[in-house]
Amino acid sequence: MTISEQTKIELRELMSRYPQSRSALLPMLHLVQSVEGYVSQEGIEVCAVEVGLSTAEVSAVASFYTMFKRYPVGKHHIGVCTNSMCALLGGDNIWRTLSKELDAGHDETTADSMFTLERIECQAACTHAPVMTVNWEFMDDMTEQKAAQVVSDLRAGKDLQATRGAKVRTFKDVQRTIAGFDDGLVDEPSIDASMLAGLNEFKNSTKGGK
Amino acid sequence: MTTPLVPNLTLHWDDADSHTLTGYQRHGGYSALKKAFTAGADGVIQIVKDSGLRGRGGAGFPTGMKWGFVPQNDGKPHYLVVNADESEPGACKDIPLMIANPHSLVEGVIISSFAIRANHAFIYIRGETPHPIRRVRAAVAAAYQAGLLGKNIQGSGFDLDVVVHSGAGAYICGEETALLDSLEGRRGQPRLKPPFPAVAGLYASPTVINNAETIASVPAIINNGADWYKSYGTEKSPGIKLFAVSGHVKRPGIYEAPLGITMRELITYAGGMKSDLPLKFWIPGGSSVPMLTADHLDIPLTYEDMAAAGTMLGTGTPMVFDTSTSVVKAVIRWIEFYKHESCGKCTPCREGTYWMVDILKRMEKGKAQLSDMDLLVDISAQISGRSFCALGDAAATPFPAALKYFKEEFEEVIKMAGAQA
Ligand SMILES: Cc1cc2nc3c(=O)[nH]c(=O)nc-3n(C[C@H](O)[C@H](O)[C@H](O)COP(=O)(O)O)c2cc1C
Ligand code: SF4
Ligand code: FES
Repeated sequence: MTISEQTKIELRELMSRYPQSRSALLPMLHLVQSVEGYVSQEGIEVCAVEVGLSTAEVSAVASFYTMFKRYPVGKHHIGVCTNSMCALLGGDNIWRTLSKELDAGHDETTADSMFTLERIECQAACTHAPVMTVNWEFMDDMTEQKAAQVVSDLRAGKDLQATRGAKVRTFKDVQRTIAGFDDGLVDEPSIDASMLAGLNEFKNSTKGGK
Repeated sequence: MTTPLVPNLTLHWDDADSHTLTGYQRHGGYSALKKAFTAGADGVIQIVKDSGLRGRGGAGFPTGMKWGFVPQNDGKPHYLVVNADESEPGACKDIPLMIANPHSLVEGVIISSFAIRANHAFIYIRGETPHPIRRVRAAVAAAYQAGLLGKNIQGSGFDLDVVVHSGAGAYICGEETALLDSLEGRRGQPRLKPPFPAVAGLYASPTVINNAETIASVPAIINNGADWYKSYGTEKSPGIKLFAVSGHVKRPGIYEAPLGITMRELITYAGGMKSDLPLKFWIPGGSSVPMLTADHLDIPLTYEDMAAAGTMLGTGTPMVFDTSTSVVKAVIRWIEFYKHESCGKCTPCREGTYWMVDILKRMEKGKAQLSDMDLLVDISAQISGRSFCALGDAAATPFPAALKYFKEEFEEVIKMAGAQA
């Protein structure tokens, strides 16, 4: 695959957002990943030319960040949080279930290129543990059953809604959102009971006629 | 008397449109901005100083004082950088805040930038969280459209541009100087201090870096006054905070309350312990601060009281663990995290976390000896205070903290696993 002229225009658009164009490098690599499904050598070269760095300099940056992948990611990226809180609340079992179901280990992609599985670190959602992500959208309060269902729904091409986030699209689609381009999904409902826990408690106590 | 909950930032999260400009303005959103312009830049800094607001990113540094360090009339551009990289294990307050109430952050950014004379602000959001990225981007776009950002905001003569930036998966980029390197398009490794960012930060210009919750707290302070804010909390820890309670409680979630509330009260608000098992240990604010036990449930959650108890308030996002928890497993996963996230710049942290994980894994597999506990204590001591940045100190925290209360459990695991092998 090659980086199109249209993508180069968008890379320049990202650069123009910053006082110094190199600041756009992370979003630019996200955009490359949204086009290629990973940070390809060509993507690195294009970014280097645009920003005015050597390819070695851009590679050094890309390799520092875990979100940038050196091999093509499957259609869907599945993350399972196995940091302490999630692990103890069921995340380890979810990991085992999915790893078996997909026949893939950490950072591995299924033979049909449908899924890439990754053990992820705390996703800033411990109140919703155990947490899983599909293309980085939250799948909160998971169980082994729900996690397996998510995978089978994705296989069947069914519509799926993130718990706090948008409807599930592909890894590449979401990479484009992360790079900083609008996707029209901002209004999808995403406030849940855990986020309202304190507010509801407050309202109950004041309603209780104090 | 029980400390009441005080929804402030969270007050309208049950509105379906709480994240929109309309939703925010329905409840007085952006009215603090006018007051800020009237008070003037120095006036705003003074109000924030008087309010006693302290940084919500973990260290609790007084916000107004930090703003006061920015040189005046130095002819250089100034920058405000919002730290929304939330990645510390246990911390889960900034992400919900940005999902539910992104305009409080944007209004806070405008007022704070005005105060420190910055015409450019950046919101550095953790890359793995597309939804807050969407919502904050949309809030910024709406603010531009309404003339709340851009040139000559509301006829004040103040210009401000805001860029929403995405990280790419590196906990170390939450450290403020590493964040600046990352925002400059480099590997995110901490910088030597001094110079401090207030003097030479982004693009070597004066820069203020504040946590997302800190900045989002500013509009209400300007609107209601420093005295209002100080009427909550304690003298040294004034105000209101988002407490994100996770773990073995019936209703984990966000509880907004004055500083000084106790963990016992928070657990009660959260419906009590999940399976009615007793509490084993809890951590007040992220895996980087030492754990406490049931003996500490009545200590006020303030910066000073937590320090006196040998820990820190940190991010104020308590993790609660009941007696079903293996403290050994919890500690192993945290230290594995620090090993994974060590940026590799300095030897004690890079090598020390490697060896700690190696020994802990050995422990898990039943191949450890009791003397390995001393070895772990020793390695922790070699990392702590000898590392380039606070990530090293954080990595050296969980094991000694756990050993203080649960030495027998580690010994049992070593002996039992040894018997199995
Ligand atoms: C390894 C490490 C990670 C950090 N991560 C964050 C973070 O995600 N968000 C944050 O606000 N502060 C984080 N901090 C603290 C920041 O360095 C800094 O103190 C803070 O952003 C200042 O804002 P405040 O004064 O408003 O708290 C981190 C510090 C370290 C050492
Ligand atoms: S303490 Fe760790 S994270 Fe901090 S600079 Fe040293 S190696 Fe990097
Ligand atoms: S430990 Fe999994 S989201 Fe925090």
